[in-house]
Amino acid sequence: MKKLLLSSIIVIIGFTFIGRLSYLQLFRFSPDQTFEDPAIKAIYDYPERGYIYDRNGELLVGNQPAYDVMVIPREVKPLDTLEFCGLLGIDKNTFVEKMEKARIYSPRLPSVLVHQLSKEDYARLQEKMRHFEGFYIQKRSLRYYATNSAANVLGYISEVGEWDLKNNPYYRAGELKGRTGIEKQYEEILRGRKGVKFIQKDRFNRDIGPYKDGKLDTLPEQGKEIQITVDKALQEYGEGLMHGKRGGIVALEPKSGEILAMISGPTYDPSLLVGRQRSNNYSTLHYDTISKPTWDRSILAEPSPGSPFKILNALVALQEGVIEPSTTFKCYHGFYVGSTLRGCHCGGGTRDMNTGIFRSCNAYFAGTFRKIYSKYPTTDEGMDVWEKHMKSFGLGGYLGSDLPTGRPGRIPDKAYYDRAYGDNRWASSFIISNAIGQGEVAATPLQLANMTAAIANRGYYYTPHVIKSVGNKGAIDPRYTEPNYTTINRKHFEPIIEGMANVYKYGTAKWLQVPEIEIAGKTGTVENFVRINGERMQLTDHSIFVAFAPVENPQIALAVYIENGYYGARYAGHIASLLIEKYIKGEITRKDLEKRMLEKTLEHEYAKPFSGEPFNINEYVW
Amino acid sequence: MSGRGLFGRIDWLTVFLYLFLVLIGWVNIYSTTLSDPNLSIFDFSTLYGKQLLFIGMAISGVLLVLFIETNFFERFASIFYIISIVLLLGLFPFGRTIAGATSWYDLGFFNLQPSELAKVATALALAKFLSDIQTDIKKPKHQLFAVIIILLPALLILPQPDPGSALIYFSLFFVLFREGFPLYYLAILLFLVILFATTLMFGTVWVAIGLAVLTVLVYTFKKASTKIPFIPVLGIIVVAVLYSLSVNFVYENVFEQRHRDRFALWLSLEKDESKLEEIRKTIGYNTYQSEKAIESGGFFGKGFLEGTRTKGDFVPEQHTDYIFSSVGEEWGFVGTGTVILLFTIFFLRLIHLAERQKSEFNRMFGYGVISILLFHYFINIGMVIGLLPTIGVPLPFFSYGGSGLIFFSMLLFVFLKLDSNRLKDGI
Repeated sequence: MKKLLLSSIIVIIGFTFIGRLSYLQLFRFSPDQTFEDPAIKAIYDYPERGYIYDRNGELLVGNQPAYDVMVIPREVKPLDTLEFCGLLGIDKNTFVEKMEKARIYSPRLPSVLVHQLSKEDYARLQEKMRHFEGFYIQKRSLRYYATNSAANVLGYISEVGEWDLKNNPYYRAGELKGRTGIEKQYEEILRGRKGVKFIQKDRFNRDIGPYKDGKLDTLPEQGKEIQITVDKALQEYGEGLMHGKRGGIVALEPKSGEILAMISGPTYDPSLLVGRQRSNNYSTLHYDTISKPTWDRSILAEPSPGSPFKILNALVALQEGVIEPSTTFKCYHGFYVGSTLRGCHCGGGTRDMNTGIFRSCNAYFAGTFRKIYSKYPTTDEGMDVWEKHMKSFGLGGYLGSDLPTGRPGRIPDKAYYDRAYGDNRWASSFIISNAIGQGEVAATPLQLANMTAAIANRGYYYTPHVIKSVGNKGAIDPRYTEPNYTTINRKHFEPIIEGMANVYKYGTAKWLQVPEIEIAGKTGTVENFVRINGERMQLTDHSIFVAFAPVENPQIALAVYIENGYYGARYAGHIASLLIEKYIKGEITRKDLEKRMLEKTLEHEYAKPFSGEPFNINEYVW
Repeated sequence: MSGRGLFGRIDWLTVFLYLFLVLIGWVNIYSTTLSDPNLSIFDFSTLYGKQLLFIGMAISGVLLVLFIETNFFERFASIFYIISIVLLLGLFPFGRTIAGATSWYDLGFFNLQPSELAKVATALALAKFLSDIQTDIKKPKHQLFAVIIILLPALLILPQPDPGSALIYFSLFFVLFREGFPLYYLAILLFLVILFATTLMFGTVWVAIGLAVLTVLVYTFKKASTKIPFIPVLGIIVVAVLYSLSVNFVYENVFEQRHRDRFALWLSLEKDESKLEEIRKTIGYNTYQSEKAIESGGFFGKGFLEGTRTKGDFVPEQHTDYIFSSVGEEWGFVGTGTVILLFTIFFLRLIHLAERQKSEFNRMFGYGVISILLFHYFINIGMVIGLLPTIGVPLPFFSYGGSGLIFFSMLLFVFLKLDSNRLKDGI
């Protein structure tokens, strides 16, 4: 026993060590630990981010070089501080402060001394740079915007955060990533793929040569350019018209579903989110919680659609066979729900479909709406049919466009009213407001434009999208090239479109005619309420307008939504007409209209609820 | 001297293993300390060059040992021991402090570490005392004296402070056990260590429950014929539980935070990931880096001079105490396995040599040599691969350093010299 004691201990120790070493080297070993190895530094070679062009090939977004002055504190030799500061355009105190900060961060690692020098400063500095040891210039690539519009469509890029790092292994700290709009949606196409070079480092993080003689290194892959469907001229013009107004505009090409313009007001110049002032500007925009410039109203606002929704109710009624274009309803300057009279501004009298549309008669559509429901034995069944028709126009759900954000709007269904009133405790009279696009229905400007495109196409639409082509190939997602058919027969559209054309000829928008272009449109005036300090108050109506033109072979369909713009033909109608003329003719003939829109602002309306004083709404003054 | 020359009947297998281990050690020191591949390996301004010089000095020392008459060591064992003690005492006024420990004499060209010398001397003195015809290891008085021989240098080294070296002296207890020191001392020690660790890991309550369950199991499965008296067993359990409680008290109140951190790291007591991260960066930094380096070697290793963490100098003290991590990274499991195998064969061979001695002194000294080398090997590699807490002792024949290499070599070769002459001893 005592002779074997030490021998056994030696053998046991041997086995224990081998066991532990197998655990470490065989079990815990993972072959791709190159990235975790602190001794191997991966140096990335970033490809240039892809350019973005508009539908006519005009540059929207490119890249610009920026020059950071870097410093490695321990390599700095005594220098002529005054001369150097002069070249950098900073004062001596700032210089001393920044040098100290860099030294505290690390004496061996590079820190940024001055961010993003201007080209002029860079040119002056470049010649003298060799006199200053320990400093060097690092070139970076920033986004460059060839337009001051379309910030909401293009989106912006910013450094990746913790969430991205955790969820996408591609990104490393400090890299840039698309945050909104096109930059986000087509991030992988635009950014390309970075190359990597592995460098052997020591414990002090100094380079001591390439790792494995560069066998694992990869080359960068260029980002691809993207062409989008937006028309730069139309977009810029539209944003000009939105000056001082809040709201959203979406213009589509009906025959393709391409988004020609997507305007949100107020907006911002995309260049604000690039360069030295980026974070200040971002805070300013982000914390403007009253006008919300970063909130894209064209796809996120969900107002009640108002009168444009009437034409859908008419289409459903025609499809269901409950009315004919010649069917008439009597308007008593309103219509009765039970014994209460709901008002109407059409002038009263007997209305058929044509006059019902172009005079926007509430009574006519209330009657139509009731007829749809009375066709079915129960309101529930009527509701299901109505809902199915409405949803076939892309309402009440996400459209599936290639914009990274959006809202579904709302087409209420029977479950919705069951929740509100209780099962079997409501009837069509409860929901009659939906007949005229008030009540519970809601739609984004994009949905309204898409609905208009479906009418322009007489029964189908293409999913709205902004991508036109990627790189040299034109191929885009087949999702955007397949038509979506509505549940309404093609033949029912003609009488409706005739009514919409008459809106311009005789109806609510007759002052807005554009010479030589036949437009079909529909005004909308939407009552709206807000709650301020717990008090519900009514504000000036929203002004809504949908239109497409020309009536035969439509090239453009659009929806304009102007918050508190009063009646439909006022702000929204003006803007819609101008955009149509701009897009089809390329120039504006009615300069008075244009001047009025470019100059008028609605700031006084937006200030009203915050003034703390009683105010009037819906004032006729221009 | 026999007619067979200087080396006599020296055990060539051990010599070969020794040289092989020294060579592997130097190759790894070269890889660890290489900074400019253009310098000659004989450039003595570099650490690997210096180590080459130390190897030369060690071999000279070995030759010197081989020249010396065999019974010189036995005869002067007590003198060596007294000189060592004096040298250790002399450190208090005259010692030179390196890295916080006053363990060296500055000889100008060389820093002498008397604790290394004292290891040889203590092994010799212990062997001499035990082999004395009048010594009876069964007598408590003699047991006590043997223990004093072992612990005296350890007590002098402890306040330097050099707990690692002091700990090494405890290895000499193996010599006592070999010579008839009651084995239950070892059993009790082992029991106390296990109780200590389990108390920290699971708490006194679970330790008590564990002991109770164990007792019940023993009584259930014992043969009906064997009688185990119940009262003493109960007594042991009570003492064990009291000890367990005192462990908690000592751990919380006597130990300092840095000690607690080391135990926490060793026994994986800390479960909080953020605190673990903190430990990895501070107290556990060396172990963490060393484990990572070994882990990254995988089965075949990254190749000679290809170890990224070795090159980047990530493992602190890699050329001295953590040299084994360089083996792990560059030579992989193949390399580490080979080194463990070589050491195991080496030790078993030494035991074989010790057991074949006719002279009791030779055998006991042999055991002393084995115990000292084995303890270094066990503590060092155990620490490097994260099995044991951080205790700074070098890996014999591997670690960079003159004193260590020279005294390890002389320790070994004094024994090999004795072994080569064993046939004459009986005469």
